[in-house]
Amino acid sequence: MEHGSFKDNSHATFTLGEEDHTLANAVRFVLNQDPRVTVGAYTIPHPSLEKVNIRVQTTGDPAKEVFKDACQELMQMNRHVRSVFDKAVTEYKAEEERKVKKAAEELQRQRELFGSMDIESN
Amino acid sequence: MESVVEEEEEVRRIVTDEEKLEAKNFNVFDLPDVPKGLPPHLELQRTRVVCEVGAPLHATGTIYSGAYISSGVDNSVNLENFSENFKVDVISLTKTDMVFDMIGIPPGIANAFRRILLAELPSMAIEKVFVVNNTSIIQDEVLAHRLGLIPLVADPRLFEYLSENDQPNERNTIVFKLHVKCPKGDPRRKVLSSELKWLPNGSELLKESAGGSTTNPKTHTSFSRSQDSFPEFADNPIMPSFEDILIAKLGPGQEIELEAHAVKGIGKIHAKWSPVATAWYRMFPEVILLKEFEGKHAEELVKVCPKKVFDIEEMGQGRKRATVARPRDCSLCRECLREGDGAIEGEAKSKGKAEAKGKREWVDQVALRRVKNHFIFTIESTGSQPPDVLFTEAVKILEDKCESVISELS
Repeated sequence: MEHGSFKDNSHATFTLGEEDHTLANAVRFVLNQDPRVTVGAYTIPHPSLEKVNIRVQTTGDPAKEVFKDACQELMQMNRHVRSVFDKAVTEYKAEEERKVKKAAEELQRQRELFGSMDIESN
Repeated sequence: MESVVEEEEEVRRIVTDEEKLEAKNFNVFDLPDVPKGLPPHLELQRTRVVCEVGAPLHATGTIYSGAYISSGVDNSVNLENFSENFKVDVISLTKTDMVFDMIGIPPGIANAFRRILLAELPSMAIEKVFVVNNTSIIQDEVLAHRLGLIPLVADPRLFEYLSENDQPNERNTIVFKLHVKCPKGDPRRKVLSSELKWLPNGSELLKESAGGSTTNPKTHTSFSRSQDSFPEFADNPIMPSFEDILIAKLGPGQEIELEAHAVKGIGKIHAKWSPVATAWYRMFPEVILLKEFEGKHAEELVKVCPKKVFDIEEMGQGRKRATVARPRDCSLCRECLREGDGAIEGEAKSKGKAEAKGKREWVDQVALRRVKNHFIFTIESTGSQPPDVLFTEAVKILEDKCESVISELS
């Protein structure tokens, strides 16, 4: 829901329902990184109601577009986080497997070494 | 008059196009002896939280992208430089716990992940309990509450949400049965979570029908096929994550017979549906020794730290020096920053030395800082899904939220 003025569409307040600090703070951060934004802030009118008001004021561009761009950028950052994380986890798992294999090989080698040695029986 | 006009004519000359271009592109920061980037104290403010004895400084980041524009430094975190600088290092990963570092991520987004992990990731938990017989001293509702908190090994992605109008079927309900008895004459016995039996064919309790029961008696669920015919459950049956959770204790002659239905939900509604035992993050600590700690002071420093962050390094000729060996373990208790109360110097005190009381001689020589945008994340799962899967799902949920906002706006 956008509350703005019809004449000047560079200032607007967006009300999101069923959202809380989780999304609002993340979007606020990305919004403030945009150089077109002069005011990017959010407020939660009452903690019992699940509503967030996000205020966007820009230097001329329509506030809706700027807000949409911020959400879009947040989405892409998340995708990037996911891909980097997945890669790191696969690498870690591969590394662990390698270590386990190496330890097993080492153990096997030691066993063979002891087996081949002559042990004097008492 | 004439001499002035002559001077003007000498000064006036043709400015070439090249010179015009040079003048246009001139940037004072390109000059050879102008230092690039921010001066070190501003760089400290921008990238570190300084932990003083009283309170942290520079904790709120300057998130405004043009904060340092006059120094020519771009403070923005847009997609390009985020993609370049973002790194993840997995420190440890087991079936239930995971510790990993996220470097270059803004704190608002890291907090969003934490909040989603705790409250908005779905999982399965017992919601409805049909009690047939309960003669134990644990009341029905207390028993039902305890059953709800038992973590179950069931992947919530394979199930759908059950709303009020839906019929409970094999796609949205898991049915468990608990029937335990303590015979008379036996000692008191414990009822553990291992006694919860999974019923893959659905509920066995018959519903009371209003008229005469000439038609097929209905149960409380309508399973069209058995759940263990699904490939996912064929080899790993659904059961509680831990076998030894104590549900109730029965005295001789007491009995509990009930059926429990588990459904999908999220932690926001009730904490039993939170798939993590907990998830938290801390910022990466940085410990800097501002002066050389030698000899007696080095030993004091090493003894003071409860997390053993410092180590003694032998320098030859019997001289010892303190080094920061494990800054990662620092819990920021600020013991090394406090003025001391004469406790360490206790031995000296008993020997009667006057300097033993009060301040340490090396106050303010340790700098405790935290690196912004570098978080050490710990995720402890309850067992239904491995922690790396949980984190991936949490990121997906944040993406979905953004998408729903965008579609609402369009």
